[in-house]
Amino acid sequence: MGLGIRIENLRKVFDTPPPMAGRGGGFTYTPVRSGRKDTSPKKFELVALDSVSFEIGAGEIFGLLGPNGAGKSTTIGILTTRTQPTSGRAIIGEYDVWKQQVKAKRLIGVVPQRPNLDFSLTAREILTFHGAYFGQSFKERERRADELLEKFKLTDRATHMVRTFSGGMMQRMSIARAMMHDPEVLFLDEPSAGLDPQTRLLLWETIREYNKLGKTIVLTTHYMDEADALCGRLAIIDHGKIIAEGTPAELKATIPGGYLLRLRFDHVSDALLEGLRTLAGVTEVRAAEPASVDVYAGCGGPLIGPIVNAAQATGMELRDVHISEPSLETLFLHHTGRSLRD
Amino acid sequence: MNWKTFFALLSRDGHVARRNLAPTLLQNLLQPLLFTFVFGKVMTGSGMMPEAYKNMLLPGVIAISMVMAGVQAVAMPLITEFQFTREIEDRLLAPIEIGWLAVAKIAAGMIQAMAAGLVVIPAAWLIMGSGVKLDFSHPLEFLLVTLLVAGFSAAGGLALGCSVGQTQIGLMFSLVLAPMMMFGCAYYPWSALESFPVLHLAVLVNPLVYASEGLRGSLVPNVPHMNTTVVIGALAAIDLALLFLGLKKFRQKAVS
Repeated sequence: MGLGIRIENLRKVFDTPPPMAGRGGGFTYTPVRSGRKDTSPKKFELVALDSVSFEIGAGEIFGLLGPNGAGKSTTIGILTTRTQPTSGRAIIGEYDVWKQQVKAKRLIGVVPQRPNLDFSLTAREILTFHGAYFGQSFKERERRADELLEKFKLTDRATHMVRTFSGGMMQRMSIARAMMHDPEVLFLDEPSAGLDPQTRLLLWETIREYNKLGKTIVLTTHYMDEADALCGRLAIIDHGKIIAEGTPAELKATIPGGYLLRLRFDHVSDALLEGLRTLAGVTEVRAAEPASVDVYAGCGGPLIGPIVNAAQATGMELRDVHISEPSLETLFLHHTGRSLRD
Repeated sequence: MNWKTFFALLSRDGHVARRNLAPTLLQNLLQPLLFTFVFGKVMTGSGMMPEAYKNMLLPGVIAISMVMAGVQAVAMPLITEFQFTREIEDRLLAPIEIGWLAVAKIAAGMIQAMAAGLVVIPAAWLIMGSGVKLDFSHPLEFLLVTLLVAGFSAAGGLALGCSVGQTQIGLMFSLVLAPMMMFGCAYYPWSALESFPVLHLAVLVNPLVYASEGLRGSLVPNVPHMNTTVVIGALAAIDLALLFLGLKKFRQKAVS
């Protein structure tokens, strides 16, 4: 059960502005111009993906992490037959997605970045017609529709037109629709954007549950905690290139001195800063306002004792400590020199 | 070819069309029927137009109703479905080559165009009262012409729907559909344009001309009309050209 995915040297250059930036809208492209400068300046060229290769194992929850415009949605677009790659191949199971589209489409379910529900239908009809597109019998699609409406708490709105739904309900509807034909691979493009914390937890639970059935899950996100909590493996993507790949723990382990200790004292002196710099494992010490010090180090808790001693030696009093473990945020910062939200 | 998926796509369009039956009928039929009333009843009843005008007018009104119904049945939903909400996306992900989705749209549009034609015949007949003499002695020819007319309307609707944005719908009506109706030889026979030689030739690019003239040829053969073989040939060529153009535009719009 579950199917692997392989992407080989995928490249996508848009020569017209993408009709809809990312499937489901949003302005998700960073205009990186490539090619010679001397060609006609009016020609539009936008490299969304630049020779991207990676593999996703069967039954994995794989995350594509990156800021807006990094190429996440383009990757999903290509893997779901909706975007034609300029070069390279994307393979799901044994099918080349671009060349064997119909076979590939049977295997996948897609939750878009923004709900693209069929607004001419009711919630229930969206599910039953989706089932019919995938050749389900009348009985089967009625049964599945009931189950999914129940699961996503939409039963009491089943006969309503979806255009009257709230954002969260539409998102739940999109996920239900993607699961209707029980796909082997589920793609979710920024599934938790705009969801309240409660719905977000429901979403995570649903994803984990579905994964337990042996299904492969591919999701994109720019939330660090989501990638950390949900994904077995991650690729960090920026400007159309994969800049790091591995399990969240592996990736975090690549950050030098990944711990951050934020300390607050009654007041701060140069002698204290000097004392902190000499402690074992400390890579960097930065004074911060007010009377605070940020210490970057290879470990967290074990440093507290020596810090207290250093403070006492200089006559200062430690008032507050906050330890941040190595995070993907720091990892992204480390690889790109900028924060994910820049 | 995956027939199950194709019919599911078609039945979705049928379902939505049935849900919007009343507004669709009003949208497509009210205008031609009002025209029928004014020209076929008021003008002829008051003696400003000869009685024979009714026979000339009816096939034209059928043609206009069919073309408007076919074009709008395909183009209007497509414009909406391709806008930023991308409502069509779920169907593009259905396990079928995406060109068949466009073909299903055309099939649904053709059915609506044929239905519009069928509704107009008795309705216009009733409005105009006595004096209309339709000749159904060439049923096959009539069927072929109506099929081809429905075909180019729906395929044209596909091409238009994939070329026009939500904000340009008004322009589509005033720049494409209105001139098409006025110069479509629906309200006058093509031979009436002989005294305007340039216009006489220029209107030949307008598919509605062949629709009106073809329906005249098969329903009221006594009224002057274009040679039916020429009409059928031209309609078939237009059908194929618009189908090709529509499918190409659809693919461009559907895949980025």
